[in-house]
Amino acid sequence: MNVLITSLARLLIFPGIVFAVPAAWFFLWVERKAVARMQGRIGPPFMQPFYDFIKLVGKETPQRTGAGGMLMKAWPLIAVSAAAGAVGLLPVLPASGGFQGDLILLLALLEVPSMCIIAAGFSSRSIFGEIGSAREAVLSVSYNIVFLLAILSIAASQHTFSLSALAQLPASPLRLLGIAAILVCLPAKLHLNPFSLPNAEQEIYSGPMTEYAGPELAMWELSHGLEWVAATGLVATLIAPAFTLWWVAALVFVALSFFIVLLLSVVASATARLQIDTTVRFYWQCTLIFAVLAVASALFMRFRA
Amino acid sequence: MKLWNRLMCYCRRRSPWLFHMNAGSCNGCDIEIVASLTPRYDAEQLGVRLEGSPRHADILCVTGPVTHNAVEAIKTVYGQVYGPKAVVAIGSCPATTNVFIDSRTLAGPLNLHIPVDVFVPGCPPRPDAIILGVAKAAAILAARGNKPAAITTEPEIVGECAGHCACRDSNEKEVQA
Repeated sequence: MNVLITSLARLLIFPGIVFAVPAAWFFLWVERKAVARMQGRIGPPFMQPFYDFIKLVGKETPQRTGAGGMLMKAWPLIAVSAAAGAVGLLPVLPASGGFQGDLILLLALLEVPSMCIIAAGFSSRSIFGEIGSAREAVLSVSYNIVFLLAILSIAASQHTFSLSALAQLPASPLRLLGIAAILVCLPAKLHLNPFSLPNAEQEIYSGPMTEYAGPELAMWELSHGLEWVAATGLVATLIAPAFTLWWVAALVFVALSFFIVLLLSVVASATARLQIDTTVRFYWQCTLIFAVLAVASALFMRFRA
Repeated sequence: MKLWNRLMCYCRRRSPWLFHMNAGSCNGCDIEIVASLTPRYDAEQLGVRLEGSPRHADILCVTGPVTHNAVEAIKTVYGQVYGPKAVVAIGSCPATTNVFIDSRTLAGPLNLHIPVDVFVPGCPPRPDAIILGVAKAAAILAARGNKPAAITTEPEIVGECAGHCACRDSNEKEVQA
């Protein structure tokens, strides 16, 4: 019973929905503001993502009929709930529970929004949506190999698939290598420059989102924000040293996530979009070698120990 | 419920997303729209975002004197924008067809085809006039809510033509005709 209450509290309050939704809006604002400051502009006001969300909720809902229409309505909801679940799994507070293997569940949930985007683009039957989905699929095959190998090397070097155990253990040099590899993958996961290929603005309209409007688009924006929170939160929990005081742990988590968002936004505004073949070559040729090396050395160290 | 409506009105006024449509424009006004998003004018402070898809947009910005080829496209795109929506006619061309008046390739002005809420005259208009026009359109859209736009309402006119440009000649021509 106690376990049930704790996990519900984690999913719904902290770091779940009550915390994660405002955090998602805050990170979306930080991204837009950082890009604006880098370009010498002032940028949107603090509440802008909230205004956008409310406005989109109040717009007309597109009429969709048949099985294809039902699917198109379902994809954004699945994406939002998976991303919220991923945020709820993060071990922010010390002694917050968790179980052996929750790292694998977190990775699976982090992957669901991107699959929903692929499916949404194809079920919208718009030519731009299909191009965007094809690009997202190719991109996801390329960065996920590196991303998963990096996580695997961290888990293998420290003998555990439990997130809270990983958060408690001190960071080894090998883990820092893994974190660097994850950071290289995050721009592709969050559709940021230089890997903003699936939603390439002004090139293929809005990619998979082209046919979405109103409340459905609001859900996509929210799921994108929650992906920000989950992905940066994963890196933050891997970097952060263990604290016993819960409020110190929460503050350090938020501050670290904020700096990762800032770093990614600055990189995004300083670079231009790469072509799809250059991107795939980057992940398969340049980054994969380091990821394989990291996994090999993790396994080697494990057998030596 | 009343509180929710006030919040919605507040948010609609602060989050106008644009879709830009060229209806046979010479590219002058299009460059000025882009200029209004650049660091000097920075329309994003008002929450303006230039969207790739008309489905995402609230405000349709039309430039150009509306050629025969563009009429169907304008009507299609206007239908693709979900309500509440507003239309801003940017430049003198969509308002009066400017120097191209009496041309047999034109079907303009724009308000013969779709309801226009704000006219921003000028050849091209200054970026600050465009931003003012977008802000006015956002206020109109927020006040109107989900009711459909009436083609008979009196549109707003923002700023004025400086008088040194080509449209002065077309105005004189109009007076003579």
